[in-house]
Amino acid sequence: MVKILFTANIQRHVACPETEADGANLREVLDNAFKENARARSYVLDDQARLRKHMTIFVDGHALRDRVRLSDPVTPGSVVYIYQALSGG
Amino acid sequence: MVSEEIVVSTRKGLFRVVRNTRHWDIDSVEFLGDNVSLALTDARSGFGYAALDHGHFGVKLHRLTGDGWQEIAAPTYPQKPEGLDEKDMWGRPIPWSTQRIWALAAGGAGEPGVLWCGTVPGGLFRSTDHGDSWTMVRALWDHPKRTQWMGGGADWPGIHSIIVDPCNPRRLWVAVSTGGIWFTDDAGESWSQRGEGMRAEHVPPELTSDPIAQDVHCLVQCPAAPERMWVQHHNGIFVSSDEGRTFREITGVKPSAFGFAVVVHPRDPDTAWFIPGIKDEKRIPCEGRLVVTRTRNGGKSFDVLTNGLPQHYAYDLVYRHALATDSTGDLLTFGSTTGGLWISEDQGDSWLCVTHTLPPIYAVHFV
Repeated sequence: MVKILFTANIQRHVACPETEADGANLREVLDNAFKENARARSYVLDDQARLRKHMTIFVDGHALRDRVRLSDPVTPGSVVYIYQALSGG
Repeated sequence: MVSEEIVVSTRKGLFRVVRNTRHWDIDSVEFLGDNVSLALTDARSGFGYAALDHGHFGVKLHRLTGDGWQEIAAPTYPQKPEGLDEKDMWGRPIPWSTQRIWALAAGGAGEPGVLWCGTVPGGLFRSTDHGDSWTMVRALWDHPKRTQWMGGGADWPGIHSIIVDPCNPRRLWVAVSTGGIWFTDDAGESWSQRGEGMRAEHVPPELTSDPIAQDVHCLVQCPAAPERMWVQHHNGIFVSSDEGRTFREITGVKPSAFGFAVVVHPRDPDTAWFIPGIKDEKRIPCEGRLVVTRTRNGGKSFDVLTNGLPQHYAYDLVYRHALATDSTGDLLTFGSTTGGLWISEDQGDSWLCVTHTLPPIYAVHFV
C-alpha cells in the first residue's frame, strides 16, 4: 500500500484525510484513492486527468516528472504528498 | 415587481445587497475570500448558482437551495482524442479543460431543470437536472470554424453571453470573445453564424467584416421585442432589428463607444444603457469621470448620466456582467473593478453609491 497525504489548503474545500491505496505508479494509486473520494479528484486533476497546473506531487521526497500521464513509479510503502503553490492577490 | 435584492459576484466573495426603507445595504457575504466569477438566480426554481475559480484547484460550481449551498458538478470537457493536433489562431494547443465559467443562463419556462453554461476555452454545456450533471454541446465544439475563435483579453476564447428565446427555448444565441454570434434553433443540435454588419478594427482589412472575427463584449436581447438585440463590441456599439442576422453600427457616441457592458430595457427595445471607457488600450473612464450612457430612441442619441457618480479621478471599469436591470426596467445597478457599487431607481437619471470598498466586482444581478 502507498500512503497519500494532502495539502492542508485543500481541506477547506473538500475533506481529504490521509489515506492508503494500491498501485504500481502514481496514476494507479490516485485512481484507487479517488474511488473513495470522487469530489477530491477534480481539485487535484483537470478535465483531461492531468495534474492541475499549480499542483505538485512528491513521491518519497522526489517531485513527480510526468504531470500528464502520472507514470512515475511507486513501491509498496511509498509516501505520496500532494501539494499546491499559493499565489494571487 | 420591483426587485429588492442584488447579488454581487466579486474577487473575494458573493455579496447580497437588500433594499431597506430608504437605503440599499450589504446584507450578507458568502464564500468570503473565494473568487466568485459569476452567479445566477434561477427565477423558475428559486435556486442560486455560484461559479468559483479556485485557481490551483480549478473551477467549481455551487447551488443554493433551501438546504443551503452545496457543491455540484462543474462542466467538464470530454477526453481529448489521442493525437489530435488542435491549435488556436496563435498556434497554441487548445486546452480541453474548463478554464472559466463565463456565462450561466436558465432555460425556458417549460423546461424547469435546464441550464446553459458558457466557458473558456469555448465549450457550451447544458444541464437538464438543475446542474447535477452537464453535457457538452458537441455540435458547437465540433463545428469546423470553432478553431478560428481567438482569445482576446483572456488567453482562450470564451462564451460570455447566452440568450434563450423567450418564445421558444430551443432557439439560442451565444456570443464569443472572439468568435462573433452563433445561433441554434434546435436546442444546440446545429449552429450557424450570425452578426453580419459588425466591424472589427483589430484584424487585417480582409477580415474586418467577417462575422467570426467580431469581438462581441456583450450581447443582450429585449424580452418584449426579441428581434431587437444590442451589442457592446470591442470597437463600438451595434444594434440589430432582425434577431442578430444583421447589425447596424451606432456612431458618434460620446464620450466613447468602447466598453464591456450593455443592458436593454425589458419592455422598450429602443432603450439601452452602456458604461464607456476611453478605449481598449486605456480601459478607464474618459477624463476620470464615471458615466453611464443611455439611449431612448434606438441609438439616435444618447444621454450622458452623471448624477451621483464620481466625476473626479474615478478609474472604475465595469465588466460585461457587472451592469444589470431588473424586470421592470426601472432599477439599474453596476459594480466596478475598484469595488464601487451603484444603484439607480429611476432608469439611470440618478445614482446612489452603496459602497466603494468591495473587492473587484465581476458580476451583478437582481433577484
